This record gives sequence, structure tokens and C-alpha cells, in this order.
Amino acid sequence: MKRTFTFTFFVLVTLGLLAYALYQGLVVAPTEATMGDVQRIFYYHLPHAWVAFLLFFTNFLASIWYLVRRTGRADALALASAEVGVVFCTVVLVTGPLWARPVWGIWWTWDARLTSTLVLWLIYVSYLVLRRFATGAQTQVLAAALAIFGFVDVPIVYLSIRYFRTQHPQPVIAGGEGSGLDPRMWSAVLWNLAGFLSFALLLIWLRYRLALAENAVEEAHADRALGPEAETRAAKPEARGAAPEVGNKPR
Amino acid sequence: MKFLYLAYIATWTIHLLYILYLTGRYRRLREERKELEKQ
Repeated sequence: MKRTFTFTFFVLVTLGLLAYALYQGLVVAPTEATMGDVQRIFYYHLPHAWVAFLLFFTNFLASIWYLVRRTGRADALALASAEVGVVFCTVVLVTGPLWARPVWGIWWTWDARLTSTLVLWLIYVSYLVLRRFATGAQTQVLAAALAIFGFVDVPIVYLSIRYFRTQHPQPVIAGGEGSGLDPRMWSAVLWNLAGFLSFALLLIWLRYRLALAENAVEEAHADRALGPEAETRAAKPEARGAAPEVGNKPR
Repeated sequence: MKFLYLAYIATWTIHLLYILYLTGRYRRLREERKELEKQ
């Protein structure tokens, strides 16, 4: 009952934040002088990129946690953060070209920022494909190793516009001299960041719980197949939450 | 304005598709649990 109330409260807060963020981005923020209204894509594009980076960082930490402790919870968190991270990164890759077309005159260019972002998306999609289709006891270990090496691309994406000449604009936030935003634009960025961060947490929580529940069902199936001795073992409290080497793979 | 609306609509379409995917997985899980209880 308490959990349902907390969940409903969290959903309502997230919806409120997202609605207010939309109002900030479309109404409160001033129209940009050179690009016009299409610049408002920025209020969705940038927060999605930041949240995706944060989710991939969570996946990185959870993968290390899994390799050290081998717990089902770490593995479920790694899977949830990678999956939601891919969703957010997909939004970045879709809104980017929709902004580029009217401003640059092209949908896409192979510059350092765009290419490294596409590579980042492909790394985490391959991580999810590995999780979904690979079978065997070492799948989670391989996925965790891939996640740790894959995370190397995140700082490359972040730094690409600072170290390379790119079609993508130079950073407007923390970009040094000449960079910066109108305070009302800043406000729209921060509200959208809060809204989408809250939304991402909600999705992660749902996906994390789903992974744990699927594990439990899979374990119950395996125990049924093995007979009463295995069922007694599974009923012990210390057996729960730990990921056995075989047959406990969140998909 | 066309591209702005397209970007916002595309964003929410992607998120809604993912929510639908999660809902489907939860529904399948519930059915599997019911079957397990029946056995």
C-alpha cells in the first residue's frame, strides 16, 4: 500500500515537472535571435544527452559492482540503466538531425560529436543484444566487461566538441569565454533536466523491478524442474538476491 | 515550427513506445506467475 502511494506520488511529481518544463521551453524561454523557434529543440535535446550520460555512468558503476560482488541486484541495475540510457540516447540522435536540417541545411554530418554519439548508441545497443540473445553462464560477466570498456566513449563524446573542429556547435554551458545562456533559457534547461531526470528514474525503477521479478520467476521454474530439494534451497532467505552462475539472467 | 513540433512529438513517441514495451513485459510476467501458481 505504502509502495503504491510512493509510486503514484512519484508519477504525479514527474508529470508535473514535465508539464512545467514544457511550458518553460515553449513559452517562458525567449526566442533565439538567429535560429528562431526551432532552437527550442535544445530544451529536449540537451537534457536527454545529459541524462543518457548519467545512465551510462550508472551502468558503468553497476557493472563494476556486479564483477566485484556478483549480485543479481547489480546486474539488474546495470541492465535497467543501459536500456533506459539507450532510449534517451535515441531521442538525442533523433532530435539532433531534426534541429540540424533547418539550421545547417543537412540532416547529418560525420563530425566528431555526431559520430562518437552514434558509436555510443551502437555500443549500448550491442550490450543489450548481448544480454538478450547470448546464452551461457558467462553472459553477465561479458556484458559487464563490455559496459566498462564501452563507457570510455562517454568522455570522448563530451570532449569531442572541445578538442575537434565540428559542425556541432561549441559548448554553450561551461564553454569558456563567449559562451553562456540567457537566464530564462537556463531556467528552461534546468526544469527540463529535472523533469527528464525524474522520468528516467521512474523508468529505471520499473525496469529494475521487472528484471528482479523475471529472475525470481525463472528461478522458480528452474527449481520446479530440479525437484523438492532445490525448492527447499530456494526458500532460504540467503538464497534470494544472489545471482547464481546459471539460470539467472535478466533479459 | 514544423521541425520543433516534429522533435517534441518524436521524443514522446519514443518514450511512449518504451513504456508500451515495459507494459507488455509486465503483462507477460503476470501471466507466467499465474501459470506457475496453477502448477
